[in-house]
This record gives sequence, structure tokens and C-alpha cells, in this order.
Amino acid sequence: MPVQTAEPLIAATTAPTIVGFSSVEMKYPDGTIALSGVDLDIAPGEFVSVVGPSGCGKSTLLRLASGLEHASSGEVDVATDRIGYVFQDATLLPWRSVERNVELLAELHGVPSAERKAKAKAAIGLTDLTGFEKHLPKQLSGGMKMRTSLARALTLDPELFLFDEPFGALDEITRERLNDELIRLFAERRFAGLFITHSVSEAVYLSTRVVVMSGRPGGIVAEFEVPFPMPRDPEIRYSAEFAALTGEVHHALRKGYSA
Amino acid sequence: MTTTVWAPKTEVETKSIVKPAARRKSRVPSFVPPLIVATAVLAVWYLVSYVFLDQTRRFLLPPPHEIFTGAIFVPDILADIGLASLRTTIVALIGLLIAIVLGVAWAVAMSQARWLETSLFPYAVILQCIPILALVPLIGFWFGFEYPARVIVCVMIALFPMVSNTLFGIQSVDPGQRELFRLHGAARWTVLRKLEFPNALPAIFAGMRISAGLAVVGAIVGDFFFRRGEPGLGALISNYQAQIQSEELFAAIIAASLLGIVIFAAFGWLSRAVVGTWYESSDR
Ligand SMILES: Nc1ncnc2c1ncn2[C@@H]1O[C@H](COP(=O)(O)OP(=O)(O)O)[C@@H](O)[C@H]1O
Ligand SMILES: [Mg+2]
Repeated sequence: MPVQTAEPLIAATTAPTIVGFSSVEMKYPDGTIALSGVDLDIAPGEFVSVVGPSGCGKSTLLRLASGLEHASSGEVDVATDRIGYVFQDATLLPWRSVERNVELLAELHGVPSAERKAKAKAAIGLTDLTGFEKHLPKQLSGGMKMRTSLARALTLDPELFLFDEPFGALDEITRERLNDELIRLFAERRFAGLFITHSVSEAVYLSTRVVVMSGRPGGIVAEFEVPFPMPRDPEIRYSAEFAALTGEVHHALRKGYSA
Repeated sequence: MTTTVWAPKTEVETKSIVKPAARRKSRVPSFVPPLIVATAVLAVWYLVSYVFLDQTRRFLLPPPHEIFTGAIFVPDILADIGLASLRTTIVALIGLLIAIVLGVAWAVAMSQARWLETSLFPYAVILQCIPILALVPLIGFWFGFEYPARVIVCVMIALFPMVSNTLFGIQSVDPGQRELFRLHGAARWTVLRKLEFPNALPAIFAGMRISAGLAVVGAIVGDFFFRRGEPGLGALISNYQAQIQSEELFAAIIAASLLGIVIFAAFGWLSRAVVGTWYESSDR
């Protein structure tokens, strides 16, 4: 990464980014080109949602940011190693209680037992799981599982949070509750977020910026700043401004499909 | 938390654990149908003993109650059978224990490197395909005709289910969970200890149940062939048969069956005790 020294001045004058993609192309070993020409910078304190047709490379974007995958060309720069990654599936270990699941990541990072327990307790409190510490995953509803997954990621105090359609499998009411919960966490913790969803209203409601991607090979076709103040007022969902903005995003998405 | 907007959590969010719907509520208690079958079998048995076999050939199938009066209630015979069962149990359990350790180790080794799997798995399959009975005389030839040879037969018969079940259990780890561990830099040993091994436990226990039954078979078969040393159930059965002591023969067969059932049930119980709390098995 630090090899190039020819053109640092321009980059240095822009706002700090926590994760930056520049002309990223991702070609999987089987030849599938999942992403091409992707430029995206996310600053600390930003919460960016990505919407796009399925198969357009949204998950690939997160895999690149997390280091699970490496770009075949272009650059992905991540300025932190404290990354929380929440998958669509809660990926809880079924033999561990909620509490022990929440402790897992700190355990993998070698955090001493006492500190780990304290962090888990705090994260369980933040996600409103108190009282369910001893429950096993099979005793939990989908929403509770997802909260456990969130709590687990929170124990690492992430500076960058990656979400891959985390609430996609949940019913509408649970989903809205968790959206509000996430906004509260974001307002308190001020991590940077990169959130994948296929719900336009969820994207607009949660984020400071919405990015629209087009179909294969995936690229960014539109970006929208979301002007509503954080933390969001739940009532904003029913306002005319909100409807207008989701309309615009929908429109861009539709155009991306036909492109 | 002033910004919390949603209602206080209620029980609604906890999934109530619903038992899978019973096929149909039946008014007959579940023990009744097997009892009817048992009665029918006994009736046919008596019929054959008393009607189809004449006095001189009745030893081929003595009536059920004579198995009790002529063998099970006779202290000396009962002591012989009990002692032989104990020896067979010990051989089977030692063999099983070795098979469990070897089988799990073999599977773990294969799961850790692709090249180990490709070079070792064919032998697990071959082991499964060889009729072990064909090897039994050779085992006696090499290892003598006493306890060690009997144990080796048990191990060879009981090994494969342990290998294949453990391997399956390790390989069936959810890819998402694997990625989670990779993402957080877990070492291979950590992945094995905290993810693969616990994930494989239900399959390992299922393998143990199968292997336990096979180990009993192995112990009895080994006994038939390796007569030196104290007799186990196999030797006893073979002696009773040679001397046409049919009540004793039937009693020994019942003991062997009970042994199989008890060991199978014991491992079923162990499995439920260890993984039953979290594992959502389909058979219940
Ligand atoms: N490991 C992989 N190997 C080959 N192709 C892949 C792999 N992962 C994803 N793809 C392909 O890359 C494209 C983008 O996938 P993905 O990022 O999962 O899309 P999305 O999350 O937007 O639905 C798809 O066409 C998918 O089939
Ligand atoms: Mg995806």
C-alpha cells in the first residue's frame, strides 16, 4: 500500500476517510466480474446505505472492505482494524448462550476474561437483551438473534460497521424497531456504517447518504445525501420530504436496472 | 436511554418452542401396539414349540417359559451367562473407546488438510468394504487368541462410523460461521476447538451409537474365534450350541440382545445429555 508516493497531495487535502474504494474492479476466480469502476469514500460519522438489484456486487463490496476478499484491480483502503461485520444470517453458535455468543469475538481477539465479560454485559444492555443472557439461540426469535449478532459486533467497539442485509429476513415491525435501535446506537457511538439493503425506505431512514448500484458488473449510478437530522424522528417516515427522496432513489434504481 | 422509541420488550419476542405437531392425537397409549406384537410373537412361538415340533425335536425351539425355568432361574447358569456378558461388555467398551479416539483423530487429521483427506479417506472406505470376518483368522494369527485379538476385531468393526460421522460433522460447519472466525483472525487450532469440534459433536454422538452396537457384534464374533482365555458370550453361545443345551443357548442370546440394547440406549442418553440442550435434532 505505501509504495506510491507520486500523488499524495490531493488525497491529503480531502476529508479523512475510514474506508475508500478507488476504481475498484472485482473479478472472481471463475471469471465473474462482480464490480467495476467503483469509487466510494466513507468518512467517520457517515452512515452510507447501498441499494441495488440482487447480484450487483453489494456483498462483494463489504467482503472487500472487510478484507475477506482482495480487489483484482484498484484500491481499497481501510483506516481501521476495528470492523464490525453483521451478516444477513445471525451466524450464532447454537451451543453457546446469548452471553457466550456475544463474548466470542473478544475471545478470538484474546481480550482477557474480566474485560470480555464487562464488554459483553455492556453490549447486551445496549441491544436490550438483558434477561436473555442464558438463552440458547434456538430459543430466540429472528429479531433477538439479530440483536445478539449486533451485540457481538459491538464488543469490539468498531469504528467501521458493515451490514449485509441484516434485517432482510425479519418482519416489518421487528425491522422498524431494529432500525430505530440501530439509529440510537449510531447516534451514541458514531461509528461509520456501510449498510446493504434492498429496502429503499430503510436505506433513506437509516443513512446520511444513499448509494444506488446498477446491475452486472456492478457500479455506482447515483448518490443521494439524506438531509434529515440524526437521530431520526420515526415520524419522518410519513413526511412528504421522505416520500420525495425515496421516490428519487426508486427512480434511480429503476434506471439502473434498465441500464 | 431517552432515544429508545420502541415499546418495552415483552414475551412476544421470545419464540415459544413449539413441539412439531403430532401426526394425529391417538387415543391408544403408545406402548399398546408393541405389546400386541409381542403377544402375537409369543403365541406363534408356543404354537411352533407345542404343535409343529414333536417331543423329540422340541429342543430346536423350547417354549419361552422353559428358557426361564431351565436356564435363567438356574443360579449356576445365570452366573455363567452374567460373567460372560461382563467380559464381552468390557471387550466391547475397550474396543469402542479405542475406535472413538482413533476415528475422531483420523477425521480431524483429514479435515485439517486437503492432501491428508485425499490420501487417507480411501482407506477409511476400504476398511468399511472389507468383510472383517475374512480378516479375523489373520488377526488371531498375528495377535494371539486372547483378549487383544478380540479388542482388535471390535476396533476394526466400529471404526468407520466414527471416522465418517466426525468428518461429516466438521465439514458441515456453516460457511458464514467459518468466515466469521476467519474475519477475526482465528488460528486453525482455535477454529477446530471453538467451531468445528463442537459443531461435529451431534454427528460424533450419532456415530458412537452406531459404533457401540457394532462393537458388541465385534466382541461376540471375536469370541467365537478366539477361545483362549476366559469365555465371553460368543464362546458360551458356541458351547451351548455344540452341546445342544437349547434353553441355555436361548438365554445367552437374550443376554447378548439385552447387552446391545443397553449400550445403544446408554449412548443415546449420553448424547441427549451432552448436546440435547442445544441441538435441534429431527428425531425425537
Ligand atoms: N465467490 C464467488 N465466486 C464467483 N462468483 C461470485 C462469488 N461471490 C459472488 N459472486 C458473483 O458475483 C456477483 C455479485 O455477487 P454479490 O456481491 O453477492 O451480489 P449481491 O450481494 O449484490 O446480491 C454475482 O453475480 C455472484 O454470482
Ligand atoms: Mg448479497
